[in-house]
Amino acid sequence: MHRGLLRYLIRRVLLAVILVIVVSSAALLLVQAAPGDYLSGFDLDPATVAAERSRLGLDRPAIVQYLSWLGRAARFDLGESLKYRRPVASLVSERAAMTALLGVAALLLATLVGVPAGIFTASRRNTLTALTRGLSLLLLSVPSLVTSFALLLLASRTGWFPVGGLAMSNDAGAWLLSAKYLVLPAVALALPIAASLERIQSQALADALSDPAVRAAAARGCSYRRVVWRHAFRLSLKPVLAIYGAIVGSVLSGSFAVEIVTSWPGLGALMYEALIARDLFLVAGCAAMGAILLAIGILASDIAVAIADPRVEESA
Amino acid sequence: MRIGRTRSAGIAIAGALLLLALVGPRLTPNQPSTQFTEFVYAPPMRPHIVDASGRVRAPFVYPLVLENRLERRYAEDRSRLLPLRMFRDGTLFSVDPSADAPWFPLGTDALGRDQLARLASGTRLSLGVAIAAALGALVLGALVGALAGFVNGLLDEGLMRASDFVLALPAVYVVLALRAAMPLVLTTPQVFWTMVIVLAAVGWPVPARGVRAIVAAERNREYAEAARALGASRTRLLLRHLLPATRGLLVVQATLLLPAFVLAEATLSFVGLGFSEPIPSWGAMLREAGAGRALIEAPWLFAPAATIVLSALAVNLIAGGSARSPLSERHSRF
Repeated sequence: MHRGLLRYLIRRVLLAVILVIVVSSAALLLVQAAPGDYLSGFDLDPATVAAERSRLGLDRPAIVQYLSWLGRAARFDLGESLKYRRPVASLVSERAAMTALLGVAALLLATLVGVPAGIFTASRRNTLTALTRGLSLLLLSVPSLVTSFALLLLASRTGWFPVGGLAMSNDAGAWLLSAKYLVLPAVALALPIAASLERIQSQALADALSDPAVRAAAARGCSYRRVVWRHAFRLSLKPVLAIYGAIVGSVLSGSFAVEIVTSWPGLGALMYEALIARDLFLVAGCAAMGAILLAIGILASDIAVAIADPRVEESA
Repeated sequence: MRIGRTRSAGIAIAGALLLLALVGPRLTPNQPSTQFTEFVYAPPMRPHIVDASGRVRAPFVYPLVLENRLERRYAEDRSRLLPLRMFRDGTLFSVDPSADAPWFPLGTDALGRDQLARLASGTRLSLGVAIAAALGALVLGALVGALAGFVNGLLDEGLMRASDFVLALPAVYVVLALRAAMPLVLTTPQVFWTMVIVLAAVGWPVPARGVRAIVAAERNREYAEAARALGASRTRLLLRHLLPATRGLLVVQATLLLPAFVLAEATLSFVGLGFSEPIPSWGAMLREAGAGRALIEAPWLFAPAATIVLSALAVNLIAGGSARSPLSERHSRF
């Protein structure tokens, strides 16, 4: 292993750790700063509320609460969710896995549709490519909030797919079941990303086709198919892979809307519930996990770029 | 010439939306908050120009009659015509109020409120938030970027590290947490400016990095040196000579930020952290539409979804028709 690569990885992980600490601390402090707390949502008599508040430690000064949380968090104890009465760490990682499943499925789907479509529209010019281009320009403007509603409508009219409401179970057959429930949210999330990838791949390939090295290959008498697939495609990989860093961010953001609309039990939906309930440890845990997911996604994208382009080694 | 056509289509859509926002409540006579309890979930009333006997007339609508209250089924009353009037009673289009039959061009919602009137005033709020937030993010980004590109050393380093940091944040989680730090119930102007500030605070780093790169490159060019030699102050050099070079970048960034912020407003209001009942914004209207069985029974309640798409489409068509932007700037992270 290159020493440069190792140093690069260490630096990235350190940055991610700082990021996670800052994001979760900020989330916790912000929720503390907001008026009201977890217990003000209940209609109980004041004495009970006061007793419960002191039992949960919510009556201590904000800074004391924060420091004790930070002290425990340093030992990987993220506290207990007030709403779910469960350790935050296990709850959050359960839900983050669901978001990751949804995100990876959507990314795969978008890549499998978008990238070939982009190669197709850049390398040919006929009615079909014009239609594809127009369709992706349209889909680019349809956010996942809207695609999930459109697919819900389709699913409720046709009954092809279940309309949300994933049943969590540990049965052996549960995987197949959740795969069925995954279709609708994953497609909803994938559509705008596929359109975006089509446009980017198309432009990257068009640029690559006018690159001197590629034109030289064509001049030497390579077939057009060979020029596109062997020469231009390789050249177009780098800008396309580089965009994945940004796409990971929009998958995470888009997944929030999809999770809420299709009731997918993911991290975004959990963060929302936690915010509404003012469940402050859970909010901090969700924010930290969001930062971790994003950091992993961006790191994976950077590594992919480094593999595709041997010249990139350790630019952080 | 194809490029010209897509671009003008984009401009036409954007113009129509801006006009809707501008004309707003003056488009049709019904107020966005008026509840017509006799017309709950009324379907859109399409203007006709051919009457029942096949004669061509000035535009008119047939009044609605309730056929079945339980199923909320309405039918057009073909025996009566309500002629459409323009520029009467201070509104652009209206029907004669004495006929005692209201006109709902886009139908009504669960409380019998005119959808078009709500959509029009919602357009003001939604586009207003997006435009103000995009302006805020661009101004903040340009300031930070110009400062970082213009000075060397620690300040530059610090500002760019800060922008790296904001870029690495999970945007939606940060926006949610920032919004949650405010009380849940706010007045409409408070909601408006909270959203503008929160979105601008998340959106500035990308423009800032671009502006910094351009300013840092341009300040060593001959023309900048000439301006310095002629005695231009640092402020003048920056504002008059260097910042204009970033115009193209800022326009491209605006085309990325606007649809992203329209969507952000819609998402926040949709989950109940933005504008809320009875104030209509695109997201708040979608929240109501998504709450019941409207998806099947009253699809017209999803009109705001169409305007969200149209606003993004307009920006994308305009941007697609203009000079090509570098690939790396082609994707927003919202």
